[in-house]
Amino acid sequence: MLHLELLAAVSGSVTAIGKGLVYGLGAIGPGIGIGYLVGKSVEAMARQPEAAGLVRTTMFLGIAFVEALALFGFVLSFIIS
Amino acid sequence: MVLGLLAFVGPNQGGFADNDIGPQIFQTGCLIGNAHPCFSKVSLLMIIAAIVVIALFLVAFHAPQVVPRALQNGMEAVVDFVRNAIVMEVMGAEGLRWVPFLTAMFAYIFVCNVMEIIPLINFPPTSRIAIPLFLAIVVWFSFNVVGFKEQGVGYLKSTLFPPGVPAALYILVTPIEFVSTFLVRPFSLSVRLMGNMFAGHLILTIFALGTAYLLLKPATFAFAPFSFALSVFLTAFELLVAVLQAYIFTILTAVYIGGSMHAEH
Repeated sequence: MLHLELLAAVSGSVTAIGKGLVYGLGAIGPGIGIGYLVGKSVEAMARQPEAAGLVRTTMFLGIAFVEALALFGFVLSFIIS
Repeated sequence: MVLGLLAFVGPNQGGFADNDIGPQIFQTGCLIGNAHPCFSKVSLLMIIAAIVVIALFLVAFHAPQVVPRALQNGMEAVVDFVRNAIVMEVMGAEGLRWVPFLTAMFAYIFVCNVMEIIPLINFPPTSRIAIPLFLAIVVWFSFNVVGFKEQGVGYLKSTLFPPGVPAALYILVTPIEFVSTFLVRPFSLSVRLMGNMFAGHLILTIFALGTAYLLLKPATFAFAPFSFALSVFLTAFELLVAVLQAYIFTILTAVYIGGSMHAEH
């Protein structure tokens, strides 16, 4: 009986760890990606200030696509039960 | 306000996990009726947002003046922003007939988002999947209908068989393109908006409730101001997110519709 309770407790905390891992691991890639993307965009804007508007639009588009991955992880961590 | 939060937290409860407050935070309760598709606070906020948007545009433009004043000036700035910063940048001059649709979408999403930080409302209806998903389905139909109208059956060909790819690779490319264009686009469009608003609402709730929790015990009393200060800062941050997400949703709609107007070369 004790073993079963222990197992239930362990599996419960494994789910909690899994939730944390899903979001944590899912955020690594987009974090690096957005940092790289914005850094490069700032570089481009500093090099060609007259193209800043175009670069900014494209940057937001890129951020939207990259960020979606992190958000999938976030939403998925709530779906796991 | 803090006293109200204290009542919400309850006096003798151990921690966040002991409270089953998820349904309360995300407003699943019914206002009218009690079966489960019912008229909830979210439905009410959706309707209020629509009325606010319609009223703003009617009041601003019912008697337009050559030299715009107060509200007309502000609403012209919104239309101008959608026209110049979104449509002209992404779709070009032939996308100009989409300006009304995109402006309405931008204004509606922004009003829905900004309800997150309006006192006494404090809930963004876009943090429930229904509204973003519905808007994404509208966008899905829009860009597919535009594609078939402008290109005929060639729309499918240019979407599923992008030119400039070696013939053997189509085994790999066509399924990927199919999934990414017809399945992932509406999904990611809706989940992006919903996820941002969901996370924002959750984090504001956590810091507001955290302030109330820290005020409960003398030992943690001194830390409450930090939690409160962060919740104030995050409120300002969420205003930025509200604008940004409305902008991103609109610009992605413009990209999808603009992309299906012409075959890729």
